[in-house]
Amino acid sequence: MPAIQETIEQVKEIDVDQYKYGFVTDIEMELAPKGLSEDIVRFISAKKDEPEWMLEWRLDAFRRWKTMEEPTWARVDYPKIDFEDLYYYAAPKSAPGPKSLDEVDPELLETYKKLGIPLSEQAVLAGVEGARVAVDAVFDSVSVVTTFKDELAKSGVIFCSISEAVREHPELVKKYLGSVVPTTDNFYATLNAAVFSDGSFVYIPKGVRCPMELSTYFRINEEKTGQFERTLIIADEGSYVSYLEGCTAPMRDENQLHAAVVELVTHDDAEIKYSTVQNWYPGNSEGKGGIYNFVTKRGDCRGKNSKISWTQVETGSAITWKYPSCILRGENSRGEFYSIAISNGKQQVDSGTKMIHLGKNSSSRIISKGISAGRSQNTYRGLVSAHRKASGARNFTQCDSLLIGDQCGAHTVPYIESKNSTAVFEHEATTSKISDDQMFYCQQRGMTDEEAIALIVNGFVRDVIQQLPMEFMAETQKLIGISLEGSVG
Amino acid sequence: MLQIKNLHANVDGNEILRGINLTIKPGEVHAIMGPNGSGKSTLSYVLAGKDDYEITEGEILFKGEDLLEMAPDERAAAGVFLAFQYPIEIPGVATMTFLRTAMNAQRKARGEAELNTPDFMKIVKQKASELNVSPEMLKRPLNVGFSGGEKKRNEIMQMALLEPTLCVMDETDSGLDIDALRVVSDGVNALRNSERGMLVITHYQRLLDHIVPDVVHVMSAGKIVKSGGKELALELEENGYADFVNAA
Repeated sequence: MPAIQETIEQVKEIDVDQYKYGFVTDIEMELAPKGLSEDIVRFISAKKDEPEWMLEWRLDAFRRWKTMEEPTWARVDYPKIDFEDLYYYAAPKSAPGPKSLDEVDPELLETYKKLGIPLSEQAVLAGVEGARVAVDAVFDSVSVVTTFKDELAKSGVIFCSISEAVREHPELVKKYLGSVVPTTDNFYATLNAAVFSDGSFVYIPKGVRCPMELSTYFRINEEKTGQFERTLIIADEGSYVSYLEGCTAPMRDENQLHAAVVELVTHDDAEIKYSTVQNWYPGNSEGKGGIYNFVTKRGDCRGKNSKISWTQVETGSAITWKYPSCILRGENSRGEFYSIAISNGKQQVDSGTKMIHLGKNSSSRIISKGISAGRSQNTYRGLVSAHRKASGARNFTQCDSLLIGDQCGAHTVPYIESKNSTAVFEHEATTSKISDDQMFYCQQRGMTDEEAIALIVNGFVRDVIQQLPMEFMAETQKLIGISLEGSVG
Repeated sequence: MLQIKNLHANVDGNEILRGINLTIKPGEVHAIMGPNGSGKSTLSYVLAGKDDYEITEGEILFKGEDLLEMAPDERAAAGVFLAFQYPIEIPGVATMTFLRTAMNAQRKARGEAELNTPDFMKIVKQKASELNVSPEMLKRPLNVGFSGGEKKRNEIMQMALLEPTLCVMDETDSGLDIDALRVVSDGVNALRNSERGMLVITHYQRLLDHIVPDVVHVMSAGKIVKSGGKELALELEENGYADFVNAA
């Protein structure tokens, strides 16, 4: 497989650290004063030119957040975060809001070019002739550009930054924002509601199949800055959209906080396919630095026969705390969760999903592949529940863990609750190690340690890789090899 | 091309090989026979470079180089191939993907360019059909759910693809019915040439009816106790190993 070969070559090119997105963009930034208060919330809202109702919504969340406590139930360990020592708003001075491409600061365009993100509308993804992807590029607290907006508008698709949506499409934002993840949901979601800075907004009208892949690319650049993005995607009756998000950050010694909220809504017969390739800076091999990735993602299958599918590839972040979930409200609605979570060095991952079956004959499928290497800890935590009205609910869960070396840990914490006797839930779990025999067999055929591990791990995650949009499969295979660099020997 | 001199090897402190001497010249096929526990498989693993063995004495020269100094993947790139007695399963990795990764890894180690997809496919398809390996089997995960015969044919197909100069086959006949044995043997015989050396490890004379060796060795208690021509195998078939075991 050429991707594996390329992986090995790429790994060799990186001599200091395997993280290749660790550079810093030197650009003049506007920062809010450090710390968190009602004034900061007002500051952010004013920066974004928000209407009064939006400010009230934020302030309400902020007051509630003051009364909440940080959750401690996850199997992760980190020093207490000083929320007063963070910047809650950071924006490139040159980019107060999304503009057309030719107005964007060349320094920013260069940044995304280095990251391999096609911001030019003529750009073609590597190796895929004619594949076009519309991109919303979020740099620290603001969206710097959204591509293909005009072309998408021809089909009635709205794709813009959430700040713009608040101003331009208030009726949609009012109706849906917070309707899946309420402002009261949890500590980090509530914090996000108070200070969210930017993110993407997508609306697919009735009966429209979105003509291209949509994607958002998140980049944290500034020091001591929290990124709090908010994404809202609505698929109206009979519509379809495939959406991909990618994330990177510079290598910095201190930890940085990323607390996002993503809300998805599907109406009757609509489908959203949401894919994530999360590659935030994971910290160095001693566990210094890296992103705290505390994210609330939830989809609401509101209509009958609606479908939401989450696919995630989690290789970055010092700590990941993330459970993309589905509320299966509609009759015959379907939720899917496909996950690859790789931890190496001293990374800690506590991730999984919740499938809440409310509607009749709703079904869900969970395929989780956890890979732990180095001295990392990797936990799958999942809930499958059936409401008493959810007759005929079905779930299939498969949770596989792979251990590399003998100093890492894999943990599986499944919760199953059923209040309806006709619900059928299946759960399968395996834990395995890459065996010495497998390594020796590959080596005897000529592969080095790293080539052998990349091959075996890519085999282990194959079921999930196949769920990714085709353009990103090869990229992901490479990323897996790079993430596991240094996991042996 | 292969010279084994006074080779001693331990596993967990137990001496398994106790002074092996063996020389294989280019083009020769050597067979090693012997009872269970005599050290035959250990010898094959030591040649391939498996970790679990401690070499306490002796040396192995391969094309004049010190084989024991080389890592397993370096030995493979230098031309040492081991057909495993129990081929290993790798879930999720299509057989085709495995073959391609292995081939290109070796080519890279030797400083050669990678094969492009059409060339690779052409070679694989040809070798596969010679060994009755179906295209469907090439798509299945490596050795997962393969029958005994499929696993062994797959080993020999890999050997044909990788074109090693030293082929070590560890009980390649075990688990094969008569028809499969013929297919596998034909595959091996097709690889015989004046440059390539082979070491065939087996319990049974049966395999040697198909792959006719130049030299037969009898191994017992970690030593080669007798060497002779192909007629030695027939003698063993008739009288068993008892005489040699006692002699050792």
